[in-house]
Amino acid sequence: MERHDLVIIGGGPAGLAAAASARRAGIQDILILEREARLGGILNQCIHNGFGLHTFKEELTGPEYSARFIEEVEREHIPYKLNTIVTDVDASRRVSFVNREDGAVTVEAGAIVLAMGCRERPRGALSIPGYRPAGVYTAGTAQKLMNITGFKIGKECVILGSGDIGLIMARRLTLEGAKVKAVAELLPYSGGLKRNIVQCLDDYGIPLLLSHTVTEIHGKERVTGVTISEVDENRRPIPGTETYYSCDTLLLSCGLLPENELSLGAGVPLSRITGGPEVDDSLETGIPGIFACGNVLHVHDLVDFVSEEAGRAGLHAAAFIKGEERKNGSVAAIKTAGGVRYTVPQTVDTVNMEDKVTVRFRVANEYRNKALCLYYDGKPIRRIKKNVLRPGEMEELTLLKSSFRDGPVSEILIALEDQ
Amino acid sequence: MNNYDVLIIGAGVVGAAIARELTKYKLSVGVIEKEEDVSSGTTKANSGIVHAGYDAEPGTRKARMNVRGAQLIRELSKTLEFDYRQNGSMVLCFREEGLPALRRLYEKGVENGVEELRIVSGDEARELEPALSEKVVAALVAPTAGIVCPFSMNIAFAENAADNGAEFHFLTEAESVEKTAEGYLVKTNNGDYNAKIVVNAAGLYADEIHNMVSERKLHITPRRGEYVLMDREVGGLVNHTIFQLPDERGKGVLVTPTAHGNLLVGPNAEAVGDKEELETTAAGMADIRSRALESVPNVPYNKIITSFAGLRATEDGHEFVIGECDDAPGFFDAAGIESPGLTSSPAIGEYLAEEIAKKLGAEKKENFISTRKGFTKIAKLPPEERAAMIKERPEYGKIVCRCENISEGEILDAIHRTLGAKSMDGIKRRVRQGMGRCQAGFCTPETIDILARELGISPYEVTKNRPGSELLSKEAE
Repeated sequence: MERHDLVIIGGGPAGLAAAASARRAGIQDILILEREARLGGILNQCIHNGFGLHTFKEELTGPEYSARFIEEVEREHIPYKLNTIVTDVDASRRVSFVNREDGAVTVEAGAIVLAMGCRERPRGALSIPGYRPAGVYTAGTAQKLMNITGFKIGKECVILGSGDIGLIMARRLTLEGAKVKAVAELLPYSGGLKRNIVQCLDDYGIPLLLSHTVTEIHGKERVTGVTISEVDENRRPIPGTETYYSCDTLLLSCGLLPENELSLGAGVPLSRITGGPEVDDSLETGIPGIFACGNVLHVHDLVDFVSEEAGRAGLHAAAFIKGEERKNGSVAAIKTAGGVRYTVPQTVDTVNMEDKVTVRFRVANEYRNKALCLYYDGKPIRRIKKNVLRPGEMEELTLLKSSFRDGPVSEILIALEDQ
Repeated sequence: MNNYDVLIIGAGVVGAAIARELTKYKLSVGVIEKEEDVSSGTTKANSGIVHAGYDAEPGTRKARMNVRGAQLIRELSKTLEFDYRQNGSMVLCFREEGLPALRRLYEKGVENGVEELRIVSGDEARELEPALSEKVVAALVAPTAGIVCPFSMNIAFAENAADNGAEFHFLTEAESVEKTAEGYLVKTNNGDYNAKIVVNAAGLYADEIHNMVSERKLHITPRRGEYVLMDREVGGLVNHTIFQLPDERGKGVLVTPTAHGNLLVGPNAEAVGDKEELETTAAGMADIRSRALESVPNVPYNKIITSFAGLRATEDGHEFVIGECDDAPGFFDAAGIESPGLTSSPAIGEYLAEEIAKKLGAEKKENFISTRKGFTKIAKLPPEERAAMIKERPEYGKIVCRCENISEGEILDAIHRTLGAKSMDGIKRRVRQGMGRCQAGFCTPETIDILARELGISPYEVTKNRPGSELLSKEAE
């Protein structure tokens, strides 16, 4: 059976950064497997700018950002296959894939980096009542149709979900000559970045209806309209608040789901909260030699953090391949409280960790005037004032290796408390 | 003008079954269908159950057709290669007071000729199906029941009929049916059709068609049933099709695996005013979900991937109306085909074809093609076979539908074989593209390109189903 030192599943920003990092760490035999016709992943369709502020101190469009990494992959002659879908990964790190040229192939991998990204929650999973006409799209699919193939998808549109993709598409549709009548958001606050609300809705006079949802889709063959209702504090539609909006297109931006079908097949333990693999500070999953990074691990807001995270995954995968497995460590579990929904990583090896480990997390609600508190086995370590925290903006906390020099810690608690 | 010995109105599973049986005889057979594809009415949205036959009243046409149909489906699923699985069914009884009714079902089944039926205790039922509720006190087990993909079966019947010479005309709607000297003249939006015999398999509209020629009027009320479908990941929660013993609330909701391995819950039953009223409703979906929990307390609704509704063609007499019309010789009805209609369809086809052949004095063909090659599921082949197929045809190596692992080659086959797909829904029903957990989110752009290219149309003309359901902006080109 063919063997490669490192197989990377996904040639988007996460896979590319992991590949470049593993090559810099000395791994020659790398294979990136990408299902689309080109590298770059979801960034290829993100033609708006705002990418790279942290990584390059520049404001790039999605394709420009991914081009930087693709150039490095090409320059370094890192092998990749396009139009290739991985169909199976097993716990012995055998990867099966399919494409036109090779057929159906299985290879052995010294290490694997999972970088499959995520998919969108479809109408069906939301159980929106009504007909099932043409013209209902998830925002990402609409974005691909408009930005890659250059199609116009509709004339009058309603968007459900004020996550970033929904906001970006509100602007995109408007710029293409469609009328976006409203963006409805189930929660009392938007899930997207503040700058997107301003630049995509406010700037175009598109109303944002907080605490509203689509309660019916009309139209037998093609969408003819939607009914939007207000919701109460339990997110239930309030009878009597139904408003009809005529439109021929409904866009859904109602959540991203890490695409872990392959991980499940390999027996990689997943977190119920993130939907992604549980990892330690080296981004290794519960299966030795299988690492994860990017949106497949947890949904990111900024690709810069994806690149950074993937760079670390590539580095640690390289160490694994070189036989530098971490030994005699001491693993601390990271727990959360007070509205911190989850952390990535979920565990930290306090003996073998790097000098600084970035723990990323999201909060469950909007919070104001809180303190982010760090405890080791109940002992308070740090307290940081946080005036505003939003679910739509990923936060981070740096753990210092030096802080563990007093001895092993079994539980690290990251909690929000009142100031 | 189109002249046929027999003209069938409707290409749902019943019309297609009749067409197929008729092509065993030396007859010219035409089928007109108002939608763009077969299986576009009730056939596309139902429970997909092959009923064992204990539910229908003994001595009725429904009972005879049910049992014969179930047997034919078992055989034909192999020769015509459509998706069928004999998984068995259970009818759950939750109260002691229900035991006589359960026993009555058993007795009806025995009288109808259903084999291997037995009544088990609640504990035995839970041994067979660990996911069942503690409240089950007894159950009727019917090992001969099965599940079928209704559109897969419809497509198989239709393709085989076409392979044997039947001609299908789509987007062709019957506007009037008039008696003529030679038979009937059927006027449609696409011209006139002459036939010696007309078969009315028009589903929800069968009453309207029938009433054009007969004084003894039929009346069909559309009764809507809603369903929710869960990811294949949880399709193994139960193995049997789990029914609930009907009580004063009605027929009960089922929990069943589907022929493709998803988990299905539903239906409710609500009379609606419009024969196109296929909306799902918040109340309806909430209702079926809560009632299903009585059978299986842990149905994982967080794994719902889609919901849909279907309409039953319920005739006032609640019996199949099958046979030659008394006051319209040469006009044959297959009307009011509600449950167990899907199961009965091949038996209805067999019965009516014989009657019509007798009437016309038609002989059987010697060269009837009795088998049909189904859709090859490349992803399900053993690795060496899959590799060989890709080598021979590289398009089988380009995966388009990521969730169900469907390749471009399979989509091309779906478009180019007999009665090929002309729309997204047509491809979906033939090869399952778009039926997975992402619900066509990933594959839609590429499939639009493929359809446009293969059908030689603009991408703006690519439709979800019939014209009017264009996927892109209608005004854009």
